[in-house]
Amino acid sequence: MLGFLKKLVFKKSKKPQGPLTDRGLLVFENTSEVIQAEKHLRSRGFPVTVKGPPPEIQKGCDLVIEFPLMEKLTLERVLAAAGLPPLAVVPVTAPLLEPVNLFHTKDYGAYLMVRAANMKITVDKNSWRIVNISGGGCPDVPYLADALVGKTLFEAPQPRDLGHTLCGYALQLAYEELRRQCF
Amino acid sequence: MLLIVGTVPNPSLPLVHGSVRLENDALRVENHRLPIGRGTPALAAAAAVIRRRRGGEEVFVLLAGDIGRGDGSRAVYEYLVKNLRVLSVDVLVFHYLQPDVDWHNKVLFAVDDMPRRPRLIADAGYMYAAKMSGQAAAYDIFTPDKGELAFLADEKAPHPFYTRGFLLHDHHSVEDLVHRAYTHGDAARWLVVKGETDHIADSGRIVANVTEPIWEPMEAIGGTGDTLTGILAALCASGHDFLDACLLAALTNRWAGHIARPTPATQIAQLVGVLPEALTEAQKAMKGETKRGER
Repeated sequence: MLGFLKKLVFKKSKKPQGPLTDRGLLVFENTSEVIQAEKHLRSRGFPVTVKGPPPEIQKGCDLVIEFPLMEKLTLERVLAAAGLPPLAVVPVTAPLLEPVNLFHTKDYGAYLMVRAANMKITVDKNSWRIVNISGGGCPDVPYLADALVGKTLFEAPQPRDLGHTLCGYALQLAYEELRRQCF
Repeated sequence: MLLIVGTVPNPSLPLVHGSVRLENDALRVENHRLPIGRGTPALAAAAAVIRRRRGGEEVFVLLAGDIGRGDGSRAVYEYLVKNLRVLSVDVLVFHYLQPDVDWHNKVLFAVDDMPRRPRLIADAGYMYAAKMSGQAAAYDIFTPDKGELAFLADEKAPHPFYTRGFLLHDHHSVEDLVHRAYTHGDAARWLVVKGETDHIADSGRIVANVTEPIWEPMEAIGGTGDTLTGILAALCASGHDFLDACLLAALTNRWAGHIARPTPATQIAQLVGVLPEALTEAQKAMKGETKRGER
């Protein structure tokens, strides 16, 4: 009896994993469109996740949106209405790459730095002003740094509103973690 | 000739190529003035300062405006594929370019057809593309930080954003990660791994560590990795062997931090200005180490 209960508890505590075929992928022309589409769908309550594509459809530094396949028609309609139609909608048939979800924080006393993947963002703790952005290798990193450095966390644009690449997306994660720690 | 290839975060900048001239906090290329914020202009500025200090030749750049949409990067890739075959280049540095495996491979074919194969250095986005293509071993030097080293060590990751979590935890030593990266052919012959300690690896083995001087806020400052690569490129172009160039570059960059005493809010242009003095101090330190046989 005890063994049965243990088994039941163990099973319940595991994250439910549906078969791969109940999920689909939205594939876009570029990472910038993925970021816009994710923002649009999330703001409307759709349970979507940004992932890395399986190797057979990777072409550079890519992202795709994973979604419950049951929602296919609704999502396509919502995206078409927003002017963000995906290039392709395909069922998930292979494991997807998981984005980095580890954060590192360094406290310099007057300054706080947060790193997500290869991107770092640093603020002045007194003014909440972004004083530096470093790391990364995609061309939107210097562009994002120009747009954000010198502004406070209240007035700076979010990296996802200006970024186009995975480095830009990683900076968004670091930015969100920094805001979470500061406020 | 030292040629630096990359992008600038200015969407209206067309494809430009030519020698660079320093003007306070900016670079002059043809009739364009490019601020030394971070990225490829910071790399080129550091290279130009070191070249001038050593009495060397000019630094040449090939740049285009790109804010992440990839248009400027594609213009640069296309120019390289069409023109590299006839260029005489001693050191070729690839930097902030949108990672694209197809274009990367076309450029590498063009390098193979050059009259004389240059020393190849890759940093930033181009290092990602080189690893993704499976052609990392064709390069002489990569300059990753520890996070990027974990990406090189993860044979499945196409970008640092997807580096598997278990490789990013701090319990992995740099030695382990270097070993993994070479095992899968995902590293250049030489690695300069930037960090609290700079590790220099040759063909899978760490051959030198640089630990002093140390100035912690350097990690937060955007562009310190770019200046390191710029110094390294200039030293390679001045005829240093790879180990000497890697050591002296790591030392010079660290001395720049020691001399300028930056805070996490300091901008990289302020560090470029002290590089001549930093190089002098680094050379003294190198001589001391060599005398003691501690390399």
